Amino acid sequence: MPILILADHDNASLKPATAHTVTAATKLGTDIHVLVAGRGATPAAEEAAKLAGVAKVLLADDASYEHALAEPVAALLVSLAPGYSHILAAATSVGKNVLPRVAALLDVAMISEITAVVSADSFERPIYAGNAIATVQSADPVKIVTIRTTAFEAAAAGNCAAVESVTTPAAPGPSSFVSAELTKSERPELTAARIVISGGRGMQSGENFPLLEALADKLGAAVGASRAAVDAGFVPNDYQVGQTGKIVAPELYIAVGISGAIQHLAGMKDSKVIVAINKDEEAPIFQVADYGLVADLFKALPELQQAV
Amino acid sequence: MKILCAVKRVVDYNVKIRVKTDQSGVETSNVKFSMNPFDEIAVEEAVRLKEAGAATEIVVVSIGPAQAQETLRTALAMGADRAILVQTDGATEPLAVAKVLKALVEKEAPGMVILGKQAIDDDCNQTGQMLAALLGWAQGTFASKVVAGDGKVAVTREIDGGLEVVSLTLPAVVTADLRLNEPRYASLPNIMKAKKKPLETVTPDALGVDVTPRLKTLKVAEPPKREAGIKVPDVAVLVDKLKNEARVI
Ligand SMILES: Cc1cc2nc3c(=O)[nH]c(=O)nc-3n(C[C@H](O)[C@H](O)[C@H](O)COP(=O)(O)OP(=O)(O)OC[C@H]3O[C@@H](n4cnc5c(N)ncnc54)[C@H](O)[C@@H]3O)c2cc1C
Ligand SMILES: Nc1ncnc2c1ncn2[C@@H]1O[C@H](COP(=O)(O)O)[C@@H](O)[C@H]1O
Repeated sequence: MPILILADHDNASLKPATAHTVTAATKLGTDIHVLVAGRGATPAAEEAAKLAGVAKVLLADDASYEHALAEPVAALLVSLAPGYSHILAAATSVGKNVLPRVAALLDVAMISEITAVVSADSFERPIYAGNAIATVQSADPVKIVTIRTTAFEAAAAGNCAAVESVTTPAAPGPSSFVSAELTKSERPELTAARIVISGGRGMQSGENFPLLEALADKLGAAVGASRAAVDAGFVPNDYQVGQTGKIVAPELYIAVGISGAIQHLAGMKDSKVIVAINKDEEAPIFQVADYGLVADLFKALPELQQAV
Repeated sequence: MKILCAVKRVVDYNVKIRVKTDQSGVETSNVKFSMNPFDEIAVEEAVRLKEAGAATEIVVVSIGPAQAQETLRTALAMGADRAILVQTDGATEPLAVAKVLKALVEKEAPGMVILGKQAIDDDCNQTGQMLAALLGWAQGTFASKVVAGDGKVAVTREIDGGLEVVSLTLPAVVTADLRLNEPRYASLPNIMKAKKKPLETVTPDALGVDVTPRLKTLKVAEPPKREAGIKVPDVAVLVDKLKNEARVI
């Protein structure tokens, strides 16, 4: 039976998370369909059609899908569900919002944020902030699953799948979009960057983040933060790395003025190389760091920026 | 408007959990339990809505073992009016919890249900969305601001790219994110008062809900361990290591 993926996109373009989800789907079967639900979303659908492994793209173009509201998108997925063995999405804010709604409407369990496919019905997923890995098996007729993107490579481009329009069911309208305030940045996206530099409470204020940003720009890195730094208002909420923020696994993660609470480690401990800069040599972050520098960050950051 | 809040008893967020040697689960004997941190935020929000005159009564619900009464008493001490324990000793999956909550919503007829966005034990992030689906209600997940209006509620949501505001027709389901508020500590007099507030115990059977898990846990294993590396004396050595040893810059 085919597998259906809910694409993550902003109508104009496809989010990289979708390419990772396609790779997870290739471990379950070969007949992979990608649903692009949006408004004026043809460009996103065309990008999805280029991903290797995709057999078909379903384009549902309707005003009600413009902002990916959970109620109409879930209703659409439910209408398409018969005939699919699996419905997948990336564990992004869209996937996390929509898929549980689909699962409940279909009266099946859902499996969140898998990090490995064991077989068509069994999956590995982290629990307790990644301090344990559960292998769970589902007997439900359709498996509803979100994918942790860092655990699966991105599918390559170079395909040319057909794009088919699908008819859209009447959209339930108990909610409506009002506005969005999106963080604008020239830097790479946190979850897709090769290098991530995150600042914590040790940064002391938002005014000091340019120290970190200057280094990030020199390295082509994305900027992240601990919850404490976000709560204190140093940086916007979408910078948060951790159990309940973004999960990142770059080639290089540099934690600056971050103590290393388990909730933070949950979001970055799968990075290839970890550097920690902290003035407290006992800080738990050093227990996971490949290279630890015990130093005052206000001295180390400018030096580092000079040296790289 | 009546508000229903769902609170889960979980292993305290400060506990470094251990996986059982037979890989059947995590060690939960002799560890500290407390209210799921996101649920404290949910209760706090309900209490603030009541203090602001937007809500009239707060009912808190927990699905779990007898000890979940402590969690409910904590919520009562924070300012909830009444508690319901749906007692069950087995695992509680989000779909089952959502069905139990739906049954209670049908009895209690709240104008809003507030849950945490995620339980920090199973890390599922599903229950609120599932409840909204079963009720056919609107959902405002990952809320960092809630403004109740006339027949509607405006919810500011934390999304991957920043923030988004949605307007939900009431009744609706809201799930709380970290920055919605800072939960209060219950004062001693309020803890004493909470002991006298009503706490009713029911069973899933009495509500007509089957809570048998749908998923089978085949095993629970330790994640791969990450070894601590080395300390470098200064920035120059750090840069040298990153360039020539790790080759990442
Ligand atoms: C339900 C829940 C979910 C959570 N989710 C997340 C999450 O997703 N992500 C997350 O990050 N946290 C999360 N947390 C919070 C987490 O528990 C910690 O509180 C948080 O990570 C601490 O942030 P921090 O390391 O920046 O601050 P602190 O723990 O205060 O550490 C600051 C560090 O900076 C160092 N420092 C200070 N000044 C300097 C200086 N001049 N030079 C060098 N070093 C300096 C200090 O030595 C210290 O180690 C969550 C908590 C809960 C309860
Ligand atoms: N057993 C439970 N009892 C009460 N509330 C629960 C229970 N399980 C989940 N919830 C609620 O649902 C939210 C999300 O949980 P989850 O979907 O398991 O991550 C929690 O923050 C609680 O508000």
